[in-house]
Amino acid sequence: MPEIALAPPTDLFRLETDRWTAPFWEAAAQGRLAVPRCGACGTFRLPPTPFCPACRSQALDWVTLSGRGTLYAFTVVRRAGLPGMEGHIPFVPAVVELPDADGARLVTNIVDTPIAEIRIGMSLALVWRRTADGTQVPRFCAADTHHLTEREP
Amino acid sequence: MSGFHPLRDRTAIVGIGATPYYRRGQSAPRTMIELVGAAIIAAIDDAGLRIADIDGFAFYSGGFDTGLLMETLGIPEVTFTASITGAGGGSAGAVGLAASAIVSGAARTVICVGGLQQIGQRFGAITASYAATPETAFFASAGLIGPGHLFALLASRHMHLYGTTREHLAAVALNARANALATPHATMHRPLTREDYFAAPMIAEPHCLFDFCLENDGAIAAVVTSAERARDLRHRPIHVMAGTHGGAREWGRSLYWMNMPDETFASSGNAAIARRLYAMAGIGPEDIDIAQFYDHFTSQVIMQIEDYGFCAKGEGGPFAASGAIAVDGTLPINTDGGQLSGGYIWGMTHIREAVEQLRGTAANQVAGAEVALVTGGPSTLPVSGLILRR
Ligand SMILES: [Zn+2]
Repeated sequence: MPEIALAPPTDLFRLETDRWTAPFWEAAAQGRLAVPRCGACGTFRLPPTPFCPACRSQALDWVTLSGRGTLYAFTVVRRAGLPGMEGHIPFVPAVVELPDADGARLVTNIVDTPIAEIRIGMSLALVWRRTADGTQVPRFCAADTHHLTEREP
Repeated sequence: MSGFHPLRDRTAIVGIGATPYYRRGQSAPRTMIELVGAAIIAAIDDAGLRIADIDGFAFYSGGFDTGLLMETLGIPEVTFTASITGAGGGSAGAVGLAASAIVSGAARTVICVGGLQQIGQRFGAITASYAATPETAFFASAGLIGPGHLFALLASRHMHLYGTTREHLAAVALNARANALATPHATMHRPLTREDYFAAPMIAEPHCLFDFCLENDGAIAAVVTSAERARDLRHRPIHVMAGTHGGAREWGRSLYWMNMPDETFASSGNAAIARRLYAMAGIGPEDIDIAQFYDHFTSQVIMQIEDYGFCAKGEGGPFAASGAIAVDGTLPINTDGGQLSGGYIWGMTHIREAVEQLRGTAANQVAGAEVALVTGGPSTLPVSGLILRR
């Protein structure tokens, strides 16, 4: 049995939003990965913030992405650092680059993927998972499994 | 020496005081303010000054309650009390803040003090304890419970880009332990072998148990005054050649942002500090005799070696594994065992050890050490650095 990346424990997570981040989470609740792009100069930014760091504009376009990702960095957590984590080991926190958002990055997890196959630079596909508080959060798995084709028209 | 900087060599560290380095939680029933007060009293005694001479505090990470310290220790009046923002990143920079206060005339005798007491909260799992905010929502669901997990992401990228290996990380951990063995006040006195390192539990790849720093309780204080006044005091003055804090936007919130440009992501975020520090001091990396790097994680030591220009970008791993960082190497680092094996008081141990080395009184004394680099924790900005000379 290959070792598979599990979902991390999320019982400590509680979603807080403000007017700048709420559209991300509202789209997520509908199963859409939407990221903000400056309405004036076109620069993507993550996480969402009140001003464009390139031009200070507050105008935003929320762009729904394809769900393609590229693995930029990752770690395999193999020890339960907090009580209650034991059943979630191993899990794989990751930084994922979004090619259709000019390489803006998300901090997320790789799930449902054999750990031995996880490599920086691999192609990833978006999947949605729920945290303990019911928030729908974006996760990623290897693109060569079924998920990406499932999402394409 | 090149250029001119108004802070260069104008102030000096003239006293150091420390409590024992307790293992996490073992300082009870001593209180935090008691530990901090004990370190300050010891530092003032070491300097040959009186408590009444203290007229300033330069803290980092919010510091301590100045009014309570004055009430507790009987300090009559302070004319400067300020803190660098952020967390352990400002530790080395607090000395630069003190120097600024002294050179500007705001104060004459400034205390830099750091202390830690981990009762009820482990710093190793601190990320999981942060209150939920709209900003934390973008990383808090990923199970990154502590800084060691977050820095593991940077380490993975460094390995990918430059071929850094766990052997390189091990070299940093083994060097720290070897130095701790001969340091009486260090926490770890059991030898560590390469076999022990590779047999240790993996926590967050590539960081195993021995890639993480210790978790201690304790406090350390330094007394900073003018170079002129320092000449008449008990110890040989340890001059502040340069001290600075801040950093570049490309690093920014770093661990909690993860959108640093690719050339900055796999770094310690200290490159901007290094440039300013060398310019302030009028020297370059080739002039540094010893370095006390903020070693919360072995991988970040390798990236600091690069950011401070001791080797080319990407070559920090082979540099560490070459033996250069040993007490008898070309760049002895963390000669007291650092935070990995000596003690973790949020960067203050590094200031203490640099002063001991430059006084010539260190346990692992490096012959002829005249110029020392001290760094503050790679973390969210500000980060900081300090160059001292005898
Ligand atoms: Zn813009």
